Amino acid sequence: MPTTATIFRPYSSSDSLRSDRSAGDRQRHRKKVRESIRENIADMIAEESIIGKDKDKIIKVPIRGVKEYRFIYGENAPGVGQGDGNSQPGQVIGKSQGEGRGQGQDKAGNQPGVDYYETDVTLEELIEIMFEDLELPDMERKILREVMSERIAKPHGTRKVGIRAWLKKRNTMLMHIRGNVASLFSRLKNAGYPEQASQEELDVFCKEADEDIRRLLEQFYVHDKDIPGMFRLRRAIHKNEQRYRYMEPDIRPESNAVVFLIMDTSGSMDTMKKYLARSFFFLLYQFVCTKYQNVKVVFIAYHTEAKEVTEEEFFHKGESGGTFISSGQNKALEIIQDRYHPTLWNLYAFLCSDGDNFESDNPATVKATQELCKVCNLVGYGEIKPLGSRYYESSMLNILRRIEADNYKQILIERKEDIWPSFKAFLAKERPK
Amino acid sequence: MTDWDVKDLEYWDEKIREKVEEFGLSCYPQEFEICDHVGMLGYMAYSGMPSHYPHWSYGKSYEKLKTMYDYGVSGLPYEMVINSNPALAYLMRDNSLCLQVLTVAHVYGHNDFFKNNFTFKSTRAELTLNLFKIHAGRIRGYLEDPSIGVDKVEPILDAAHAVAIQCRRNLAIKKLSPEEERRQVLAAAQPTLDPFQSVHKRQVYTSPDLHKVPLSPEEDLLLFIRDYNLYLSEWEKDLLTIVHERERYFIPQIETKIMNEGWASYWHREIMNSLRLPQDLQLEFLVRHNQVVRPFPNGLNPYHLGLKIWDDIKRRHDEPTLEEVEKYGKPTKTGRQALFEAREIDRDVSFLRRFLTEELMREMDMFQYEPKGAELVISKVSDKNDWREIKETLLKNIGMGTIPVIKIEDADYNHTRTLYLKHDHEGRDLKLDYAERTLEFLWKLWRYEVILETTVNGKKALLSYSDKGFSTKPLK
Repeated sequence: MPTTATIFRPYSSSDSLRSDRSAGDRQRHRKKVRESIRENIADMIAEESIIGKDKDKIIKVPIRGVKEYRFIYGENAPGVGQGDGNSQPGQVIGKSQGEGRGQGQDKAGNQPGVDYYETDVTLEELIEIMFEDLELPDMERKILREVMSERIAKPHGTRKVGIRAWLKKRNTMLMHIRGNVASLFSRLKNAGYPEQASQEELDVFCKEADEDIRRLLEQFYVHDKDIPGMFRLRRAIHKNEQRYRYMEPDIRPESNAVVFLIMDTSGSMDTMKKYLARSFFFLLYQFVCTKYQNVKVVFIAYHTEAKEVTEEEFFHKGESGGTFISSGQNKALEIIQDRYHPTLWNLYAFLCSDGDNFESDNPATVKATQELCKVCNLVGYGEIKPLGSRYYESSMLNILRRIEADNYKQILIERKEDIWPSFKAFLAKERPK
Repeated sequence: MTDWDVKDLEYWDEKIREKVEEFGLSCYPQEFEICDHVGMLGYMAYSGMPSHYPHWSYGKSYEKLKTMYDYGVSGLPYEMVINSNPALAYLMRDNSLCLQVLTVAHVYGHNDFFKNNFTFKSTRAELTLNLFKIHAGRIRGYLEDPSIGVDKVEPILDAAHAVAIQCRRNLAIKKLSPEEERRQVLAAAQPTLDPFQSVHKRQVYTSPDLHKVPLSPEEDLLLFIRDYNLYLSEWEKDLLTIVHERERYFIPQIETKIMNEGWASYWHREIMNSLRLPQDLQLEFLVRHNQVVRPFPNGLNPYHLGLKIWDDIKRRHDEPTLEEVEKYGKPTKTGRQALFEAREIDRDVSFLRRFLTEELMREMDMFQYEPKGAELVISKVSDKNDWREIKETLLKNIGMGTIPVIKIEDADYNHTRTLYLKHDHEGRDLKLDYAERTLEFLWKLWRYEVILETTVNGKKALLSYSDKGFSTKPLK
């Protein structure tokens, strides 16, 4: 017989609680994941899949920062496996690179697995992460432009009338106890009125009693539920004691913003340019959304003339013909005048074009831009020139650069990797000096 | 909820231990701890250690394990054993009695292996748990130290983890002291004795460069950096030591995975079959046992492979076939002797080299696969011509063979304190993006340029990381 006894330590739930020691390390890991996402935002923005999705959409984000790097062998090295007895050369047994390569199986030894790692975030989270380190003074809400808007009411005291569901039992009982009802009730009892009375008896009581008592009798004798035709002396809650919730419509200032997205849809805007513009607009729109409660978007497409369109048309409908940039801007000005008065709305106007404009229109464009600057919080111009085309096409950047308004900004986007950096620069340029 | 209590376990444990004695296994005292799945996931994330220093990578590993478990991608192990004295094992609370008995028997197999296999001689089992606890305490101390803190500790740990496995593989070989090393280099430089001295030209003696650091290529990357980077503060050196010791502790387990699992499976089967279990337990045992040791299609199950070989060793010594007697001669040892000898003196590579025979490979239908485009394609099967090559490939892919050998050649390359490393290339290229990031970690630890000589697509190349970033150039 062996001498030393084996020890069995029974299960205890406190041990199990203690064993959640990984909590700290898990939190640290999540923080690293978040950091990694932030570092890779530029790449993610360049991925088409993100742009224009709704907010609850879950995005798979490849995580680079939290891989654990080692010296390991590349994937072209051969390995050894075991078959069912009929293996033949040339048989396909799986996919290379991670998946399928003995997944979930312990391959001979401890081959370091491919450390590919993805995490799920919602688009909203992603946007939150994106903007959390962008603190931009000129996107602050202006008090003047806050609009008084009626929201669903907030509780505001009590009332004597109301619907049953809003009865405030506590307040009602308080009133009941506090009021002189109690003493009145005992006055009746002391006067020797019986617990139960028929209609005839009650009539007799009423005739005999004086005015005060009669009122009390009417109040405290209620129909007996159990015996029809009988009345019972009950200390009922009087109508005057009932208290109901009262909701008052709440009028409070709410920040409203309108974003004018103005895009060139002339023949020269090809799919690539439109895609770049769309990405840029998407970011701007999301950004404005984070700052205001109520954001409206107006899509304006223009070539030689402008019109307000739906989102679908805005991005997908091709137009042809020449370009008058001022037409788009003037359309925006027109809509502002019609619907969105600058004292009530925070206005943002963003224009994207490839810089092609009829030369005769240039002075008008400058003038319209200046007009917009006067009424808007921010006016932006993004020129989209896929790499290389800048040199032989005309550009509006030089012409519009002369505008001196503080709230005017312009950027150049050459390829999709530019979108995030230029977007950041776009918003960060005018931090207070 | 469960069909057993601790009393049942003690009852069966006593019976099992009688058998353990009878079979001649020699174990450390054994302790069992019963835990639930949350506890088990926690132990798995921290390599089974009851106390372990904190690092985000263990949080990551926990999340991964938990996700896999929650979605049913992978189950939990029935047990976990720690190589320590007394040996510590965890049992899952929700397993059936049969599984618990099987697991207890299995654990004794591991326990015996830990105690007797030579690779584990260098780990000091009686100190294991305490060592990990002390390490955890020290690192927590640095984390809480207001002048250090997590933001300084974590980068060092990240970097140390990246290169920790680059260390000496065979811990049974003694590490030479600097003095011994110097003597060895001097002796190696001496001209060899030439019986035809009188007719040969006189050999010229070139004195070796004794100022070179290291004198001979150094495999222990972390220790070398700890000893030769003068800019490291004491706590940083301590972190490197701790990470190195942690890794060193696990190397024997990496080196003996197949043997160890095979050995434990062999003995749990022997013990369970000799216990005369009640019929219901016996039937469940057969099912569970076969689940554990079944082959994985297109993969390799170390339990299956190990058990197969141990069985084969026993059979070949006790009842060899006529062809085998013709081929290898009459066995000189009994099956049991052969088993216990191999359990003591082998590790996976030598074990497979010695005992994985052509017949066994064919029986198991082992094949070699290679990536072709996006697919993995079988390139060779174990027939007369190719079995040797497949075996060689297998030997390269087990134990520490999966880790590239990288040695420090020179710590003052070009007299600029550049760390010059050399990858012993034996046909497999490094994964370059990983190499780049790992070099960056090395650079952070060494704080001067780090150069790695390796071979990429058949051409020698130098990968370097310095304050200017990563660069590669071909080596002439």
